[in-house]
Order: sequence, then C-alpha cells, then structure tokens
Amino acid sequence: MTALLKAILAMRWVAVWQRNARVWRRLAGPALLGNIGEPLLYLVALGFGLGAFVGEVEGMDYITFLASGFVCASMMNTASFEGIYSAYTRMAVQETWTAMLYTPLAVRDILLGEALWAASKSVLSAIFILIVAGFLGAVHGWQVIGVLPVALLTGLTFAAMALVVTAVSRSYDFFLYYFTLLLTPMLLFSGVFFPIEGMPPLVQQAAALLPLTHAIELVRPMMTGQPLSNVPLHLAVLLAYAVAALLLAGRLIERRLFK
Amino acid sequence: MNSAGPVVTVSGLCKRYGGQTVVDAVDLEVRAGECFGLLGPNGAGKTTVLRMLMGMTPPDGGEIKVLGYPVPQQARQMRQQMGVVPQQDSLDPDFTVVENLRTYASYFGISRAELGSRIGRLLDFASLQHKADARIDALSGGMKRRLTMARALVNDPQLVILDEPTTGLDPQARQLIWQRLRALLSQGRTLILTTHYMDEAQRLCDRLAIMDNGRILDIDSPDGLIRRHIESHVVEVHGPGLARWLAEGDKPGVVRSEQVGETLFCYTENERALVDDLCEHDDLMYLSRAANLEDVFLKLTGRELRE
Repeated sequence: MTALLKAILAMRWVAVWQRNARVWRRLAGPALLGNIGEPLLYLVALGFGLGAFVGEVEGMDYITFLASGFVCASMMNTASFEGIYSAYTRMAVQETWTAMLYTPLAVRDILLGEALWAASKSVLSAIFILIVAGFLGAVHGWQVIGVLPVALLTGLTFAAMALVVTAVSRSYDFFLYYFTLLLTPMLLFSGVFFPIEGMPPLVQQAAALLPLTHAIELVRPMMTGQPLSNVPLHLAVLLAYAVAALLLAGRLIERRLFK
Repeated sequence: MNSAGPVVTVSGLCKRYGGQTVVDAVDLEVRAGECFGLLGPNGAGKTTVLRMLMGMTPPDGGEIKVLGYPVPQQARQMRQQMGVVPQQDSLDPDFTVVENLRTYASYFGISRAELGSRIGRLLDFASLQHKADARIDALSGGMKRRLTMARALVNDPQLVILDEPTTGLDPQARQLIWQRLRALLSQGRTLILTTHYMDEAQRLCDRLAIMDNGRILDIDSPDGLIRRHIESHVVEVHGPGLARWLAEGDKPGVVRSEQVGETLFCYTENERALVDDLCEHDDLMYLSRAANLEDVFLKLTGRELRE
C-alpha cells in the first residue's frame, strides 16, 4: 500500500498514461461517435418509450432516473473494456508492458498508468452522457459537476478490477466469464434501469456489496438535485475495491511477467 | 562508473523452475567496453541469465552486480543506464518510427527537448531516416530490428544487452546489424549478447561463455577457446569409400577423430600428410579447414540433436 502511494507520487505512471492518450487521440473520431451516439439512442428509446408506461420513479421522470443510472453504467463499461481488452492486448499481444519493464518503469507504474488512463476515459464518457442527458432535460442543477470526480473514482475501481482479470487471462475468451458473471449482474441489479427497492431483500443486500450501486447512489442525487446521503460510505466502498484490486493486480502481473 | 572495473559481476547464480535447475552456479564477469557473448544450444539457460541480469527474473541464489548496482534490489536505477534489445522487437504498432523512439524515451523520463537532436542520430544509426514517419507494420524485419536497437539507445546507455540480435534475419540484414554493433563498441559501450550463431560469436565477441544445461563450460576469447580445446586443423571426410579407408589403419598426423552421421572429423596439427593420403582415394571427398568455434562448441556440448 505504501509502495502504491509512493508510485502515485513519483509520477512515473504519467508516461504510461500519455502513451495511451496519444494512441487514443488518433482513433478519437469513431470513439467519440460511439460515446455520444449510443447513449443518445438508448436514452431516447428507453427514456421516452419505456418512460411513457412507467411514469415517475422515485419522484422523477423515468428519463432522468435512467440517465443517471446510465452515466454510471458507462463509467463501468468504459473502464472495464479498457482494462480488459486494450490492456490485455498491450500486455500479452504487443508486449508493450514488457518493453516498458526494460526501462526504469516498474509494474506499479504501468498498472497506475493503465488504471488512471481507463479512469480518465470513464470521466470522458460521463461528460458526453451528461451533455446528451442535459439536452434531453435529464440534468437538474450545477451540482452535477460533482459527478466528474465520482466518475474518476468509479473508473479507477472498475479499471483495477478489470486489470486483475487481465493479469490471470490466457486468452480473450476468458473475459466472457467476467462480463457474464460479474458485469452483467452488476448492470441489472445496481439500480441502473429500475430502483433496487422493488427487489427481494436478499437481492437488495447483495446489491449493497456491488461497487456500481454505490456509484449510482452518489451520481443520481447530483444529477437530479436531490439531497446526498451516506457520502463517506459510498466513497469508502469504491475506494476499498479500487485499492484491493490494484494491489492484487500488481501481485498477479508481477508473477506473470517476472517469471 | 569506473571504466576499468567490471560492468557485470555474477557469482553463484542459480535459477530453478519447478524441480528443474535451468541456471546452475554461474560465475562471470563482463569488462567495460568489451563484447561478451553467451553461446549455447536452445534451453542452455542463456536467456534466463540475461533476464536475471536485467532484474526481470528473480534469482534463486547468487549475487548480481550490474553497473555497480545490486540486482534485482536496485534494478530500477541500473536500468536507467542500460539498453535492451529483446528477442521479440515489441515495438509499438500504434506509433510511427519516430513516435516509437519518443515514447520510449518518455519511459526514462527524457523530455522531448532533451531528446531533440539525438532522434536524428538514432535514425542515422538505424539507417531509418527515410522511414521516420512510417508505421511499424510498413518496416521489414531488419528495419524493425534496427529500430529496436535505436530504441535501446534513447537513454545513451553504457551497457546494451541483446538477446539473439540477428535471429530470423537474412544475411544482408545480419551484416548491417553486425556493423552497427561494432559501431556501438567503438563508442566505448559494453555489449552482452546471446547467440547460437558461431560465426556471429566469432566475429563480434571479445570473450565468450559457452553454456549448456545451465552451466558455463568455459569462458575465453574465441581464439583462446579454439586453441585450448581443438587441434589447429580439421579435415572432414565423407564418401562411399569411408569404411574401407578407415579399415586401412592409422592415419598420418591425426590426433583424434570422430564420426558424426556419414562424416568423419579428423583433428590434426599438421594436415599435409593426411590430405596427400586422401588425394589418392577417388571414392572419398574431404574438406580441410582451420578449426573454428563450432568445433569447440560441439566438443563441449556434444553432437546430439537438441529439441
């Protein structure tokens, strides 16, 4: 843990972050289209289509409810894809990480660069969805700015978890387990599409353990202007997942590359 | 760093995987400014030794000092002054030639301004000025290798480690790499390389360690190794009359001989009489040549096929 903190302060990870940012910049066109286009389609279709039947949820329009869940789902997906497919390609296929390890960079630096880059992409995707949601009238008030630091933390959490999966994967096929067994349930049971209060108690208790639930608990009030509650708890859960996953991923990647 | 002292000292180095010992009590010293070769068949432990020198594989025993730093404990500081040319080029396919160099320099904390004019010299060194803005997939195998070498020099290292630098390259490309390696030596850098090409080792290396089964069998200059292990001349004999010729009795001047497949290797200090004798046999073909590193290598490591 102290080693991780030291590595953050030493800032060597910035070179890794910048490398990824430079690659992303050349492919930014299609990426941005996906970032804006897809949530726009979903929000319009589900928000208005389904919203006509659902009416109000927790005292807000369905589209407002959905948009705030959607922002969080996008943070999760963006960081997970980057931490899994892109990072695995750099680690196992292109050997980018191995080449980095011939330099003064250590596994910790690479890991932090990758995780913070994926988290930055989560922030970016959150911004785009917030813009779309704003146009659709689903953002209420300037406190919405607070979503951005939450996006960074949530992105970091999911990137770190994804990097654990990357560290133990032997092929791209393995990722399907993670998506099917962890991310899909998270998407369905964390309150993205509907309030978890309607679920059986056992499911509600399980949902309280999922990091996405806590991200939504923070983001939804900030988008809708409702009062925030239990902020330290939600932040602590996200941070705990992030730190634990980063430490574990570091161990696993070291074992894999320093054989 | 003291330029006269050793650049690398290794003592009692061991590495085991599972129950198998792949590096076994290796001692060696690499002097400043020399080209040191690790020569051995596949699986001899050459790459594992290199990885341990770079701090990429933790040893199970022994001590390593590279450029004055204990490894792996201070590998990070050591790597700041070391360049690596790995077996796989691992260039960044998302970048151009120049971007590859710039990005790699950033991992050392070298700024764009600091790198400045060095980029041009690195491109010159790699003969890639005309490809500066080309993507990696547009480069030939030899170009990629040269770029990987240039990349290893972005931090102006005193020590460059190369793992099989010319494996998989065509003869012209190999010549160019050798020329570049000699240029590095003339700049006063120390090189450590692994190879299983005898000609490469004989041409480039000031000193060689011959490895097999995780052990160092001998260390010396190429000439020293040949002189100490092999008679000065080798005559290779083959042909349909070989068995009959052998039955004729002792051969003039032959110190020892050895049959491998259908070829007889005769080792001698004076080949004249033997060659005269062979000339009288129409059903024999022969090749008379000076002893070389391959003879040493095969004598020390055996002739059976390694897979």
